[in-house]
Amino acid sequence: MKYETQKIAFVYFAVAMALFAVQVLGGLLAGWIYVSPNTLSEVLPFNIVRMLHTNSLVVWLILGFFGAAYFLIPEEAEREIHSPTLAYIQLAILVLGTLGVVVTYTFDLFQGNWLLGKEGREFIEQPKWVKAGIVVAALIFLYNITMTVLKGKKTAITNILLLGLWGLALLFLFSFYNPGNLALDKQYWWYIVHLWVEGVWELIMASILAYLMLKLTGVDREIVEKWLYVIVAAALFSGILGTGHHYYWIGTPGYWQWIGSIFSSLEVIPFFAMMAFAFVMVWKGRRDHPNKAALLWSLGCATLAFFGAGVWGFLHTLHGVNYYTHGTQITAAHGHLAFFGAYVCLNIAIFSYAMPILRNRDPYNQVLNMASFWLMTSGMVFMTFVLTFAGTVQTHLQRVLGDYFMDVQDQIAIFYWMRFGAGVVVILGVLLFLYAIWVPRKEVIEPGAADKVAAE
Amino acid sequence: MSEATALDELPGELLMWVLIVSELLVFGMGLAAFLGVRLTDPAGFAEAQDHLHRTGAALNTIVLVTSGFLAALALRWREGGARRKARLALVGAAALGVVFLVIKGAEYAGKAAQGIAWDTHPFFTFYYLLTGFHAAHVVAGVVILMLVAWKDAAKNIEVAGAFWHMVDLVWVLLFPVIYLLA
Repeated sequence: MKYETQKIAFVYFAVAMALFAVQVLGGLLAGWIYVSPNTLSEVLPFNIVRMLHTNSLVVWLILGFFGAAYFLIPEEAEREIHSPTLAYIQLAILVLGTLGVVVTYTFDLFQGNWLLGKEGREFIEQPKWVKAGIVVAALIFLYNITMTVLKGKKTAITNILLLGLWGLALLFLFSFYNPGNLALDKQYWWYIVHLWVEGVWELIMASILAYLMLKLTGVDREIVEKWLYVIVAAALFSGILGTGHHYYWIGTPGYWQWIGSIFSSLEVIPFFAMMAFAFVMVWKGRRDHPNKAALLWSLGCATLAFFGAGVWGFLHTLHGVNYYTHGTQITAAHGHLAFFGAYVCLNIAIFSYAMPILRNRDPYNQVLNMASFWLMTSGMVFMTFVLTFAGTVQTHLQRVLGDYFMDVQDQIAIFYWMRFGAGVVVILGVLLFLYAIWVPRKEVIEPGAADKVAAE
Repeated sequence: MSEATALDELPGELLMWVLIVSELLVFGMGLAAFLGVRLTDPAGFAEAQDHLHRTGAALNTIVLVTSGFLAALALRWREGGARRKARLALVGAAALGVVFLVIKGAEYAGKAAQGIAWDTHPFFTFYYLLTGFHAAHVVAGVVILMLVAWKDAAKNIEVAGAFWHMVDLVWVLLFPVIYLLA
């Protein structure tokens, strides 16, 4: 660790990993409710479980991004973070808000209260006080990192990262607008979720990946930067109007079908470019970095993002196809592999790279960490296949033959059982990963060659 | 390590070429979709096409190609040191872009007067999407041409020219397919 304030990342990563564990356990519970639908139906209804599963995912991923920014910006800008105190206050606000959300959702406290109650929407329904807290925390964060970068060295990686993080924070402001019209409600919340994961988060992903490639492969910065700009241009070009692929059937005008189909088809390009980038850098690189696990997660991230976000996204993005598959298990298949590949793997890659440095020790437990990659990935890929088959059968029975939703659900139960099994494997992978990161042991790959200073 | 690649031989700016390729993909896909949907209703498409103002569009083709020619001359003149001439050519190119937009606006107004909107027929959905998206690029192009007439480094003019020729090229593809194809 070159800079003292990089240490801030440690607590962010720790909280993110704790929430990660909660998130996958919530997923396991949701998967169980699919095969045994009355489980906890009175105490913790499915819609709440699902909301906790998706919201905690988003929160821990963002905490990971914040941590990654605090970790890599001092090195890139070549100076300490502007104010460590503010960074810890920011985390405290976010943790308080997260706890507030979980308690409010689970016990449905303050129902109907303008400030304290949940808003009764499908997704962005955090109580107003939590949303305000998130904005305050985001402002603190943006102030802190922007000041650091402004006073320090500006690189392509920090520029793109800042652009992505500013976009992330600004787009969240749409959550304050809660129109009475359900179609408008959906239209606005896609401004947040879509423009996040298929827009500004891709900038964050590309810049963190670029940083990791720089450190792990030792390729020239100039080459990394050229790739970075091309990827970012392709992501924004396709992703912004690609929002149209959410506007096919929600009551928005019909021309969105063509705008959405054409632009979102191109969204596969930046993900392909990121995959090509990662592999080309490794081939060209001349550094034999000891942290093999971080490299595996980085390559896995780029590859699985291409398949999960790119290929599985394209699978049902054309409106002629989506007319049939909309809202079936095809969507769930895509959602799982896309989030896992693009953003979960990215976070785990930076955790794997940074945690040994933050704890000032060699990258221990590499084999366990890599085993956790294969466990999590095989579980998640199997889940994706299973849900894709479930979605195909469901589409045919329900949308082509016109059978009733619940009758179809009974017929695809076998897939839900297999999905639950896949979920168990993912959980085992997550637990193994957490063990590998947190419990020190003496095993290091190629002892002697290990060099804990990741010099550029 | 940084060995020269084919990318380094591209004139102008790499990111502009990324944009140009992306734009050509979008318009190409739009035209392909147009032709695909046309197969499902050839008579309806032919009938709808007869409502278009072909002469106006042909005139616009001449306007835009001339404008592209001026932009190309501007680069040559700038490289030859004739700065003032180059600037005038760029302003002229931008002015012709405005002429294109005026003719296009008259065309849209004529459609509106006939009660034709984007959802009148699938033909018009594509007509408005493709020509409207193209017109938005003409607006952007006029702004860019004026910008490089002001900040007139040869490299800037080359990059702006690449964009402007792309806008030109797209129109030359749209015009026969949408207006003329029988």
